[in-house]
Amino acid sequence: MTRHWNSLAFAGFAVLSLTSPAIGAGGPTLQQVKAKGFVQCGVSDGLQGFSNPDDAGNWSGIDVDVCRALAAAIFGDTNAVRFTPMTAKERFTGLQHGEVDLLSRNTTITMQRDVALNLEFTGVTYYDGQGFIVKKESGVTSANDLGGATVCTQTGTTTELNVADFFRVRGLEYKIVAFDKEAQAVEAYEQGRCDTYTTDQSGLFAIRLKLANPDAHLILPEIISKEPLGPAVRQGDDNWEDIVRWTLYAMVNAEELGVSSSNIDEMLKSENPEIRRLLGVEGSFGESLGLSNDWAVNIIRRVGNYGEIFDRNVGAGSPLKIERGYNKLWKEGGLQYAPPIR
Amino acid sequence: MEGRRPAISVLEWLRVNLFSSVGDTALTLGGALIVWFLLVPALDWAFVRAVWTGDDRTACIVKDAGACWPYIGARMGQIVYGFYDVAQRWRVDLIYALGALGLLWLTLPFMPYKRVAGVLMLSAYPVLAYVLLTGGMFGIDPVPTQRWGGLLLTLIVSATGIIVSMPVGILLALGRQSDMPVFRWTCTAFIELVRGVPLITFLFMASNMLPLFLPEGAAVDKLLRALIAVALFSSAYMAEVVRGGLQAIPRGQYEASKALGLSYWPMMGLIILPQALRIVIPGIVNSFIALFKDTSLVSIIGFFDLLGIIQSGNSDPNWAAPNTAFTGFVFAGAVYWAFCFSMSRYSQAMERRLGAGTKRGQ
Repeated sequence: MTRHWNSLAFAGFAVLSLTSPAIGAGGPTLQQVKAKGFVQCGVSDGLQGFSNPDDAGNWSGIDVDVCRALAAAIFGDTNAVRFTPMTAKERFTGLQHGEVDLLSRNTTITMQRDVALNLEFTGVTYYDGQGFIVKKESGVTSANDLGGATVCTQTGTTTELNVADFFRVRGLEYKIVAFDKEAQAVEAYEQGRCDTYTTDQSGLFAIRLKLANPDAHLILPEIISKEPLGPAVRQGDDNWEDIVRWTLYAMVNAEELGVSSSNIDEMLKSENPEIRRLLGVEGSFGESLGLSNDWAVNIIRRVGNYGEIFDRNVGAGSPLKIERGYNKLWKEGGLQYAPPIR
Repeated sequence: MEGRRPAISVLEWLRVNLFSSVGDTALTLGGALIVWFLLVPALDWAFVRAVWTGDDRTACIVKDAGACWPYIGARMGQIVYGFYDVAQRWRVDLIYALGALGLLWLTLPFMPYKRVAGVLMLSAYPVLAYVLLTGGMFGIDPVPTQRWGGLLLTLIVSATGIIVSMPVGILLALGRQSDMPVFRWTCTAFIELVRGVPLITFLFMASNMLPLFLPEGAAVDKLLRALIAVALFSSAYMAEVVRGGLQAIPRGQYEASKALGLSYWPMMGLIILPQALRIVIPGIVNSFIALFKDTSLVSIIGFFDLLGIIQSGNSDPNWAAPNTAFTGFVFAGAVYWAFCFSMSRYSQAMERRLGAGTKRGQ
């Protein structure tokens, strides 16, 4: 796919000149972003379903779609974004020093990162956690059935400690076999040296795809650690933080209200006040962020609601086929919950 | 090479060369076994059981599949150009073509005007490459360096390292042997400091630490920072290689040049360096080859060189299959090998040509 930066910059400029500068011109980051005409987004340098380059060289994934949604909210154009692939080691300095406007890079929210690194996390795009993969023929369907199991894992990671805690709390017997590299551990699991392999659940789904016979393996529903992944911005620009936060909330709210990229035009005529406020038919919530009032319409039309991006990148519509699990909406028993737009 | 030997029969050749004694026979059979157990499965994997056509992972997850070549096919554009905009790839093609022409001109012994070609390749070509690849001038669209990658990036980083390290390395080597103490100390300190630190550390400094020291907004392009780090690093190593050559030149050569009334620079340029550099050609090429492979380290600071782009491709769920990652690595290895082997062959040819007068080391 070709990207025409000039026309994008022009589009950005057009949006800029349309939005009224009088009310809610936005914070310094938004102004910079509008001036340069694109969002600079830090993503991972390759993680299946979260951010990975496709055959055409375009970045795709759930983290990537968060950036595209932001570009849609600001510019009405999902291509008004540039991606900076970052390694785990350089991501925080890159954000702090302004190389990127936000970090959407499967980063676990922790207190230390939030408080000591001068970052602000703006919500959870994916509730991850440590899980287990087993062979279907073993008959195990729950992590509570793993008593007496041999567990393969990587050395020197927190996964080993989490496993120890999990089994001790339940008074279950287990044996751990730790390997230096993930590939070795997975091979040992595949060859039957251990009954289960454990790492972050989203990673297990990616690993399953590379096994000789993916359908013969089952990823257990339980997670035994908390790894909430979400975008982060620099501290000190509340307006920018709000925009990133509410971009995600808009997608979650849209799913909850049944607004999707396919029915957005009908929904614009909806009488439901919640939908009318989300889509900017009533109120001026977009302007209060320094955006246009149809900001959420642009997100949903061009990127989709939360359910759509989950499905497309990691869920049933992708090769990974990750179940929604904890990422279901709160109404359906999951954890995805967005405050109302009011 | 000696004259052609008289023709001998195949059997006789086998007896003389492969089975002349019990020991030789054992070695031959052992070698044949190794070939059988390594080469045959490798060929089987790469060709016989390999998957050749397909559009996504489903083609490559068949039972007992070997290499997944359609994955390489689908990724070829990225492997060669990185994320360079497809409509702008002609610019990279042009640079590739000019570079190849220039290299041929310089390396083929019978081409005339080598000096002109050399000057053009070292002056006009890098400038042209810079202007064309970055764009933003003369009405061509800018392409940010973040989008450069694949073989393009590998070649840029290694070419920069090679082109810069040669003159800087020579100057550093001369400086280290200089009679002027401040100059000597500075050069020695630089060489020892840089050689004492791994390239990874250097790259990390350039990509993560340097921005912290610079004032806000004075951001130097990340690729440029990495290029400077690589160039400084390879210069320090080159300096030591060249110093080895300088020290191998007998004292008499220096004295003879001075007796001819030559001052420092003509002495070095006309008498000492031509001999010293010829001696250290293997060392120089060794450094170049090491540098070429070291360029893959830029992937740890978020660039996608040849190896990095293949690794990032492994994270595409549409191609996730048991063999895709391995296929990618095998392909990357083959490309690295092809480049390094050609460098090595060229250096051998050059040694033979330059060493025609002296029979040393033949």
